[in-house]
Amino acid sequence: MALLDVRHLVKHYSRRRGIFGATSIVRAVDDVSFAIEEGETFGLVGESGSGKTTTGRCILRLIEPTSGDVRFRGQDVLALSRGDLRRLRRDMQIVFQDPYSSLNPRMRVATIVEEPLVIHGLGSKVERRGRVRELFELVGLNPDHLSRYPHEFSGGQRQRIGLARALALNPSLVIADEPVSALDVSVQAQVINLLMDLQQRLKLTYLFIAHDLRLVEHICSRVAVMYLGKIVEMGETAKLFASPQHPYTRALLSAIPVPDPDAPRQRIVLDPASFNHDAPLRAVADGHWAAT
Amino acid sequence: MIRVGAVIVAVAALAALVGPLLTPYDPSAQALALRLQGPSLAHPLGLDELGRDILARLLAGARISFLVGVVVVGVSSAIGMTLGSIAGYFGGVVDDAISRVIDVLMAFPGILLAIALVAVLGPSLTNVVLALCVIGWVGYARLVRGQALRAREFEYVQAARALGAGPGRVVLRHVLPTAIPAVVVQATLGMAGAIIAEASLSFLGLGVQPPTPSWGTMLDAGRSHLFDAPHLTIVPGVAIALLVLGFNFVGDGLRDRIDPKKD
Repeated sequence: MALLDVRHLVKHYSRRRGIFGATSIVRAVDDVSFAIEEGETFGLVGESGSGKTTTGRCILRLIEPTSGDVRFRGQDVLALSRGDLRRLRRDMQIVFQDPYSSLNPRMRVATIVEEPLVIHGLGSKVERRGRVRELFELVGLNPDHLSRYPHEFSGGQRQRIGLARALALNPSLVIADEPVSALDVSVQAQVINLLMDLQQRLKLTYLFIAHDLRLVEHICSRVAVMYLGKIVEMGETAKLFASPQHPYTRALLSAIPVPDPDAPRQRIVLDPASFNHDAPLRAVADGHWAAT
Repeated sequence: MIRVGAVIVAVAALAALVGPLLTPYDPSAQALALRLQGPSLAHPLGLDELGRDILARLLAGARISFLVGVVVVGVSSAIGMTLGSIAGYFGGVVDDAISRVIDVLMAFPGILLAIALVAVLGPSLTNVVLALCVIGWVGYARLVRGQALRAREFEYVQAARALGAGPGRVVLRHVLPTAIPAVVVQATLGMAGAIIAEASLSFLGLGVQPPTPSWGTMLDAGRSHLFDAPHLTIVPGVAIALLVLGFNFVGDGLRDRIDPKKD
């Protein structure tokens, strides 16, 4: 059984123009299905506005999806009561994109990392304090800095604090929503290595949302490409990168910068009219699907 | 300017606090033989139409002004912050209901509604405070609602929800603190508003009843002696103007300091 099974997930936003205007529907997430196995890193890639973040938040019910089915270890996430959802949150956590806005600027970092333990009533005050120090060391931060405020840390350090907070409850699934795209390239590598190291040590499963394809190629075992709310291609990373089938995937891959100024570039410009956006996913090879 | 304001407010607050120690006279003690007498060494601000010491009455009136200001601002901001954060954070039907009440109350000129309320309830200090709270909370509620609406989308608020925090915890620990600086500014300006409103209602005879001294009733009493004994009107008038100016200076100064666009 897959750890996370998402089927036909839909999130529509309706917007009315004026009082008497027609209602237009924005299909932020439009019939998205995928499954993530325990221990794997599943990449979700696409341009801004393709619905990757909304998909991640719908899985956690931070945004209520319009329809669809989300199962975590076979449990129907969308049918959970408020109390059951709270308990489930210990197993599913999220790391946000922006390390500046994801930490409350008015709280000391010790309080930020301790908060999940307080919310779920775990441990005595002394035990929680010990656990916070442990988490700080786990993500490579100096526990002597626990009484500082978020603004006293760098972007990379803040992202480590966000990670410590997410790991406080020992989750099995971590949704990493562009966790390094706001960081300097040199710091990105450190945080990525930390994520991979922690995955090994804590047996974590990642849903890795990103737009940096080189990163996805490096760390994801499987990847799904989203375009305008739909998954247009999905498969094992090596296969998908070796022979992209969907025109959008091809255009996306051709846009990866090559660190050689003399290398011949063949940038493919996407022509949205050249393919049927409503085509269903079909298997093009073993473990490789495309909507062509 | 904020320093000038702070000094005015601090001096007035101190005077209200230790008032009776600053003058040997009882604010209600009458010396009819000396009525309407101007300032002298024995009575630095003169005597009123019943021969009462105006300095003593001014100090006693300051207590009323501060009492009304503090209670009205305290109660209004507590109600406003609660309803405003509920409306802003939860949105939907709850927000619609609270916002419509705010809209309705905002449509009335505040002082007119207060006059109507006190006229119905009967003139007294308690009813003045009640009426000012009824119209006062909407300003705070609208302010906090806007802040909560914005804060709801902050990633650290989303993070708290993802960790399993209930709505009460999210609002109290993460949403409301973002609104506090704006509320402090509003409360400072609200003190000025409440003091003026109390003085206006008392001037109209709807507030504090004689013989209890209030700056508004003192103004009203001085009105009939405007030409023969102008100090009766000038003293409380200047006191009201100065204190309100002081609070406004502090409020404006605080607003400028917390305005992020300034740096």
